[in-house]
Amino acid sequence: MALVEAIILSVLAASTPLLLAATGELVTERAGVLNLGVEGMMIVGAACGFGGAWLSGSIIIGALCGIVAGTLLSLIFAMMTLGLAVNQVATGLALTILGIGLSGLIGAGFVGERIAPAPHLHIPVLTDIPFVGRILFGEDGFVYLSLALVVAVWWFLYRTRAGLVLRACGDNHLSAHALGYPVLRIRMYAVMFGGACAGLAGAYLPLAYTPFFIPGMTAGRGWIALALTVFASWRPGWLVIGAYLFGAVTILQLHAQGWGIGIPSQFMSSLPYLATVIVLVLISRARTGGSTAPAALGTVFVPDR
Amino acid sequence: MPDSTPAAQPPAGTPLLQTVGLTKRYGNFLANEKIDIDIWPQQIHALLGENGAGKSTLVKTIYGLIQPSEGEMRWRGEKMVLSGPSEARGRGIGMVFQHFSLFDNLTVAENVALGLDGKESFKDMSARLEQVSNVYGLPLDPKREVWQLSVGERQRIEIVRALMQDPKFLILDEPTAVLTPQEADQLFTVLNRLKSEGRAILYISHKLEEVKRLCDTATILRGGKKVSTCNPKAETAASLARMMVGSEIKQVKAAANRRITVPRLVVNDLNLAPDDPHGTRLEHISLELKGGEILGIAGVAGNGQDELFAALSGERLSQDPGTVVIEGIAAGHLSITQRRKLGAAFVPEERLGHGTAPRMKLSENALLTGHAASGMVQHGFVNTAATLKTVDRATETFDVRKAKRDPEAASLSGGNLQKFIVGREILRNPAVLVVSQPTWGVDAGAAAVIRQALLDLATAGAAVLVTSQDLDELAEITDRIAVMFHGRLSEPLATADASREKLGLLMGGSSLDQKEAPHAVSA
Repeated sequence: MALVEAIILSVLAASTPLLLAATGELVTERAGVLNLGVEGMMIVGAACGFGGAWLSGSIIIGALCGIVAGTLLSLIFAMMTLGLAVNQVATGLALTILGIGLSGLIGAGFVGERIAPAPHLHIPVLTDIPFVGRILFGEDGFVYLSLALVVAVWWFLYRTRAGLVLRACGDNHLSAHALGYPVLRIRMYAVMFGGACAGLAGAYLPLAYTPFFIPGMTAGRGWIALALTVFASWRPGWLVIGAYLFGAVTILQLHAQGWGIGIPSQFMSSLPYLATVIVLVLISRARTGGSTAPAALGTVFVPDR
Repeated sequence: MPDSTPAAQPPAGTPLLQTVGLTKRYGNFLANEKIDIDIWPQQIHALLGENGAGKSTLVKTIYGLIQPSEGEMRWRGEKMVLSGPSEARGRGIGMVFQHFSLFDNLTVAENVALGLDGKESFKDMSARLEQVSNVYGLPLDPKREVWQLSVGERQRIEIVRALMQDPKFLILDEPTAVLTPQEADQLFTVLNRLKSEGRAILYISHKLEEVKRLCDTATILRGGKKVSTCNPKAETAASLARMMVGSEIKQVKAAANRRITVPRLVVNDLNLAPDDPHGTRLEHISLELKGGEILGIAGVAGNGQDELFAALSGERLSQDPGTVVIEGIAAGHLSITQRRKLGAAFVPEERLGHGTAPRMKLSENALLTGHAASGMVQHGFVNTAATLKTVDRATETFDVRKAKRDPEAASLSGGNLQKFIVGREILRNPAVLVVSQPTWGVDAGAAAVIRQALLDLATAGAAVLVTSQDLDELAEITDRIAVMFHGRLSEPLATADASREKLGLLMGGSSLDQKEAPHAVSA
């Protein structure tokens, strides 16, 4: 029982940064912008988040530093792709390279330092319930925040007018423009939201997952978040399934390697990717008809005035 | 009020909207040059002109989408500057776009909500949507997503959306292009009602008879300039066309010595389930089309015409090869390319995206349908000279107007692109040509060229199948007309006997005689 509890706890922790980053990217892509710079924004968020927390001694200030850093980086992307109508794929890739370099520079002074990790929730009685108590009521704040964020994004996209307008911009920017919506401004907000989420997701790693910063610690999680967005067919609910599935297989294969199952470790390490891709492909195949991708995704829009 | 003086007499008072010396410049190109128009309440004002005459630029300026370079607009006599369409809507200017401003992956209700100011709740809006669409006889299911709807249904969304804004001034860009005569009549009733309610309407159309019937005033544009403002009821269709084009339009005429030969396209009891859950199931479709003959298929959009086109072109295959016979060879199971090799050619309804790849050059687009049977590909290599020659031949033969020798497909105007697509297929000398909506949204000059080309092709011995919602077009060029309704095809009528009333009945699902409408064509 204790092992299962430990596994579930570590699954939640491993999945949270993916969920945060993918939720942000989902909103960005729903507005029609493909930002491939998630990995770059995450790693800068990690460096700035750790720096903020280490200097101030506050996890919350650290998290805010991560959010601000991710947002600033996404603004560079917005300026290039929306303001100057540069190709989004190339800009996004460049943003990742920039972010990795920048994080090394920012984080150089913090490598080897440690902070106290983000505290876990403790509600007397509830948290002490055996097994489920710690899982449901004993997580760190980021876990709850990430789930609340998914619900909020779902509600925003499907239940509010602003969300409808955002989806409209992603479906057909010409029509949205013809109806008088400020396509570029809406997209800029969406890109900034994506940057903030990626920055927070990056900050989660040194603030809660491992209480120190090392260069390159995002280790491709930004790319996983991008893939999750696609395989979840741009639907917030499926994003949760995808993120937790990925986290679960990641942790389980680690344990499996520990138990000494005679399968090459390289194969085991690739399992999370395989399992997530297969499951999400099966889910999206089950939906009949209609294209799921935002139709204007990745296309440059220049309003004619 | 109808006005019988030769030149339109302005009513007393101030116009609702005036444009004064309105000019729009793109670089050195003048899209609109010093245009003065007065729009009066309780009038339907026609805006006529060929493609590229500057109609779209003008209405986009009035709708606030484009800022004028010079000149001004006045709303009830006072200067009006519009920063965007929402401001125009705020004043009571509504617009129905020709190229639909719809969102494919959103529902009908969501699409309508996006065109409104969002003050009422989504639920109230949906209820009002159903009410407005029923009142005006434009039925819509608010919950369906737009990608599942036909062109005709999409147009309805646009119209209902504009009507829900309760506009004082409504701009309609070719609203009847995809409607049945009965639907168009219903729309005219709606427009006349809106007019009697004191609203002003600016009506863009290529159908001159319709303009004569409906409109009180007409302004004609040519080359970005205003040619004239007149009373269309006092003009003839020919005189209006002359003002639009600047010269006489050639009359389409069939050659007298057309010979009806052997069956070249035969469909035998074709049944096909739709691949989209909301599509139309084809049931017991049979037809026989001989060389030298043009068969028209009329019908309201969404009754299976798209599915029939897909089944004939080979985009959808049928299990039984014998259901589609091209040149005597069972072809129901053959791919598009194999059918092309048998001598068939296909022109789909959508010019951009289906008929052509929008961002590819014309020569590349010529290659896309011509690769199988035209020598444009040799040993796996593209013969660029041959593809360019095809473009040149299509350009010359069908008078395609374009800025460069080989531009991107998307840069051509609708009419010119359609001339190119039809030309591209006809130049392959097909034995069978299946063409869907050949002149949809195409100006009068280009439409005449295309219709003449179809007639000439039949004279040369080909079998031509034309699906169209424009009954005038079918009456002009076809020998027989069949009607599609709910996935079934009626017995064809000789075009001479096919009155608008008869066709209208069939299009609405009634049969002309007492017995159950037969599906098979007499052999």
